[in-house]
Amino acid sequence: MGKTLLRKVWDQHTVRKLPTGQTQLFIGLHLIHEVTTPQAFDMLRVRGIGVAFPDRTFATTDHIIPTLDQSRPFADPLAEAMLAALESNCAEYGIPFWNLDSDRQGIVHVIGPELGLTQPGMTIACGDSHTSTHGALGAVAFGIGTSQVRDVLASQSLAFDPLKVRRITVDGQLADGVFAKDVILEIIARLGVKGGVGHAYEYGGSAIEAMSIDERLTVCNMSIEGGARVGYVNPDQTTFDYLRGRPFAPQGEAFDRAVSWWRSTASDPNADYDDVVEIPASEIEPRVTWGINPGQSVGVSDTIPATGAGVDEALAFMGLSGGAPIRGTKIDVAFVGSCTNSRLSDLREAARIAKGQRVASHVKALVVPGSQAVLAAAEREGLDQVFRDAGFEWRGAGCSMCLAMNPDRLDGEQVSASSSNRNFKGRQGSPTGRTLLMSPAMVAAAALAGEVVDVRTVMSHV
Amino acid sequence: MSSQIDRIDGPGMPLRGDNIDTDRIIPARFLKAITFDGLGDHVFEDDRAAMPDHPFSNPAYGQAKVLLVNENFGSGSSREHAPQALKRWGIEACVGESFSEIFRGNSLAIGLACVTVSREQVEQLMALVEAAPDTPLALSLRERSLTAGDLRVEIDVDEPVRDALLNGTWDATGMLLDDFDVVRGVAERVPYIRGF
Repeated sequence: MGKTLLRKVWDQHTVRKLPTGQTQLFIGLHLIHEVTTPQAFDMLRVRGIGVAFPDRTFATTDHIIPTLDQSRPFADPLAEAMLAALESNCAEYGIPFWNLDSDRQGIVHVIGPELGLTQPGMTIACGDSHTSTHGALGAVAFGIGTSQVRDVLASQSLAFDPLKVRRITVDGQLADGVFAKDVILEIIARLGVKGGVGHAYEYGGSAIEAMSIDERLTVCNMSIEGGARVGYVNPDQTTFDYLRGRPFAPQGEAFDRAVSWWRSTASDPNADYDDVVEIPASEIEPRVTWGINPGQSVGVSDTIPATGAGVDEALAFMGLSGGAPIRGTKIDVAFVGSCTNSRLSDLREAARIAKGQRVASHVKALVVPGSQAVLAAAEREGLDQVFRDAGFEWRGAGCSMCLAMNPDRLDGEQVSASSSNRNFKGRQGSPTGRTLLMSPAMVAAAALAGEVVDVRTVMSHV
Repeated sequence: MSSQIDRIDGPGMPLRGDNIDTDRIIPARFLKAITFDGLGDHVFEDDRAAMPDHPFSNPAYGQAKVLLVNENFGSGSSREHAPQALKRWGIEACVGESFSEIFRGNSLAIGLACVTVSREQVEQLMALVEAAPDTPLALSLRERSLTAGDLRVEIDVDEPVRDALLNGTWDATGMLLDDFDVVRGVAERVPYIRGF
């Protein structure tokens, strides 16, 4: 039997078998941000340990930064203290840091691929569960906690239990109006929010192979919402074309040598999987969540479930009725952004819907690009003007209302149509706020209509 | 080396519900700090506000050390603040049907044991503790058992987790640095570091 990408990368990065039975894995790339690292650096100082490979760690700031007024010091002293801590920690240990004044700053999972830091066959760790995103380029990427950030800084390695690999094959062509976001919401709805525990998800099949890297990033991003800590797509020509010329990608002839190694890290055609799941692309329609975890979604032409495990609690929180259509659900806020859907292609899809239209008068709509590079590229194309003309607010780059650690948040029981990744209770900053997850195009369509609509009916007019 | 943990003795607390995510355990606004200090005061803050009889607000469970949970506890965000908040509140072990992988790893890294039992056993334990909150629970990692009054159940705990807690190697830094030359060796071998 052949090997999976996961197995090949695992073997290549194995330091040794630990006395506990776990594997010590070398971490090739470590990405850090302001929220999950200050305590890690403090622990190093207390123990008198240095950073082993400062040139393999890269820092940016994303979670807490305001998207309107970024002047320093921030109005929020707690946010200011966090950014100041990251600044001094990076300076003390010699870690490269793209701060707000850098055109490379942005959401950590957006800038890694964008800069070519993320590459096939790598092991990557970051103190953020959406690190699975980087698997879109064929990396094995782990979300970790703060003590593990400390351990990567100290040793450039981590202790892991072995992972099983579930192959998820999506064959066929996605219909117009059906996006990568809908594919991953469908996968999570089918396999459940804990279906992936103990597994890496390998996404393949003709629908995945036809996707751009941006789309694959969206799919891999939400692996963790299905319980899978790691998700990946085998590297192919799309991957190599994406990486060519990016600042941290190999240049010149080295790039060609890199391609041949990257190609060799892909799963063998006869690879041995622990499990295989097949989902026909034709069965997927635009999806919307109705509940309080990302597994609770339906197709936009479906009704909200009335029975089932956890349904009563979810509907009570969401203020929705079982048996009612999801279409027509009123919204108060529309958010295009987050590490799931804030790349240039996402903004283009949303802008295509918004162009020449007006946001409903009762809706507050904002677009938050994933990085300064995305922001600049979007402005070069005039997307900012399209959004502004339609009544969307155009903001600075960051995580923003995905988790509301900055001033962007829901109030009271507001309902948000959001292109982010989590509809947990209180996730968007109000303990009673309600989140409907959907694709950026669906968010834009909902912003215009003031309620959930089927983007396919809107697209026929654009 | 971190402390050796072979047993946890103390009262239990039943916390019912599947898929309780880390945003609920500690809402994101409490992550805006450069230390973990004080997190115990905010554990489940929003759930407690919405539910006045929440177990973490119930004085009957005020001394609890063993948290009884259902399925996929700790899903979502990788914030270590979640197990930190539970531990700083006074919880020393979580016993449940299943845990999210990242939560379980973060818990182990701070010496908070997460072990599993069947859904029926969780229900039995929760019912017992609800009826008599003072019942002392005894979790033995060495014997892989949990006793509560007359009830004794076998616990399931992954060998590496058990081993790390029993031997006091749950704080992994020392172990990971034990053979640092080998780490350097891997760095010299991987093509993207060595150079293509």
